[in-house]
Amino acid sequence: MRYSALQVFLNGLTGNKGWKPVWRNPDPKPYYDVIIIGGGGHGLSTAYYLAKNHGITNVAVLERGYLGGGNVGRNTTIVRANYMLEGNSQFYSHSLKLWEGLEADLNYNTMLSQRGQVMLGHSDGQMDALARRGNMMRMQGDDAVLWGKDEVRKHLYYLNHDSARFPIYGGLMHWRGGTARHDAVAWGYARGADQRGVDLIQNCEVKGFRIENGKVLGVDTSRGFIGAGKVGMTVAGRSSQVGQMAGLRLPIESHVLQAFVTEGLKPIIPHVVSFGMGHFYISQSDKGGLVFGGDLDMYNSYAQRGNLPMVEHVAEAGMALMPMIGKAKMLRSWGGIMDMSMDGTPIIDKTVIDGFFINCGWCYGGFKAVPGSGDAFSHLIATGNYHKAADKFLLKRFETGHVIDETGNGATPNLH
Amino acid sequence: MRIICPLCGDRDSREFHYRGAAKLINRPDGDASDQAFFDYVYLRDNPAGPNRELWFHETGCRSWLVAERNTVTHEFLSVDLAETAKRGAK
Repeated sequence: MRYSALQVFLNGLTGNKGWKPVWRNPDPKPYYDVIIIGGGGHGLSTAYYLAKNHGITNVAVLERGYLGGGNVGRNTTIVRANYMLEGNSQFYSHSLKLWEGLEADLNYNTMLSQRGQVMLGHSDGQMDALARRGNMMRMQGDDAVLWGKDEVRKHLYYLNHDSARFPIYGGLMHWRGGTARHDAVAWGYARGADQRGVDLIQNCEVKGFRIENGKVLGVDTSRGFIGAGKVGMTVAGRSSQVGQMAGLRLPIESHVLQAFVTEGLKPIIPHVVSFGMGHFYISQSDKGGLVFGGDLDMYNSYAQRGNLPMVEHVAEAGMALMPMIGKAKMLRSWGGIMDMSMDGTPIIDKTVIDGFFINCGWCYGGFKAVPGSGDAFSHLIATGNYHKAADKFLLKRFETGHVIDETGNGATPNLH
Repeated sequence: MRIICPLCGDRDSREFHYRGAAKLINRPDGDASDQAFFDYVYLRDNPAGPNRELWFHETGCRSWLVAERNTVTHEFLSVDLAETAKRGAK
């Protein structure tokens, strides 16, 4: 069914009885041309673009739990293209352009809201760094405006501008940044993939690979063996485990990142605000909840929950930046397992195993990358060539020294 | 999380700094192969379950510790001084 205002109107008149399930629930077939492991944002978008751009429709997405139940349902929904380094810059730029056409493409309301994302600066040195970043974003063809004190005061009047420790000197505004509805992105891609014939198979855990003579033949799952011509892995925090089943050791650690939401409030924060010095960022959802997050808990974790010291730290940072939010009640918190790569940049590449492709290392920036990642990964799987926007995300870059270290922290997985 | 430091006893995890996999205390010799350094610097086992890792008791005795901790439950299984652990490994 194609969604339209007319459909909403007609179904409204007929008791909303005309809506159909958005995807089928098929049993696995014995063989697929391509199997994607992981039914999150990246896996679903990869399957969608395989079918749409490359005409490969004999595809299965295998999901251990339910579709969109991992990090795509557990993030802070921020979309942006404010990266600086060659490799990252063109990729996130490409991804943001895909976001901008996504609703029309999917015929699904992903609620993309380009409300602007601002990074705050607190010293002359930091303002210079923001100016440099802004220039590099503009050279890439994206937008950036350097705001001085007065402009930040005008737009973000509710901040604590004169704090003794982090007085606000200005900020870098990226107007095309913003938020999107996280679940809707997963559901929209799932629906689009299903409509094109992709089998979305839930409650199907991959237990191992069948590899002969260096070529992948299929995967053993909790629902039996499934043969495949090619296999792509998009399992985020579980990349090390799935990689290990295929005999790979990856430059990745899994860490927990927490996020929080308050009760619904009247509109008060119209943009996405990033307070880098306090490891704090915040936006307001369409329901009115303040959605905010901070830094990693800083130790390896697969628990999908964090600990209280980071809750306290994030709340303190929030209070330091915008004291007014102290009145809001925190409603929920959640944790996601981040696949932290050793240079903070993702990996989209082939492997030494013929027909096995990996897509991982998204750190805590995977949500905004969902369209670009699916496009680039499907291109690699279908053609064997790197997508031009993602031809630097190579696995071997760590070995050859071509790391893409946006924050300049060196080989540490938890500081990016 | 609470960590039982071998010197200071049961302490709040906020007193500790996390460094990562315990294999980092076994740096390859300077003349080791590029592959050995690549492995040392970049590759991680990253297990879901018991993980041997380095913690530094930053605001306590300032000892480096090797802890075994379950990354699924956050439960600490053992904590040793890194010095002891390294000597044991040799």
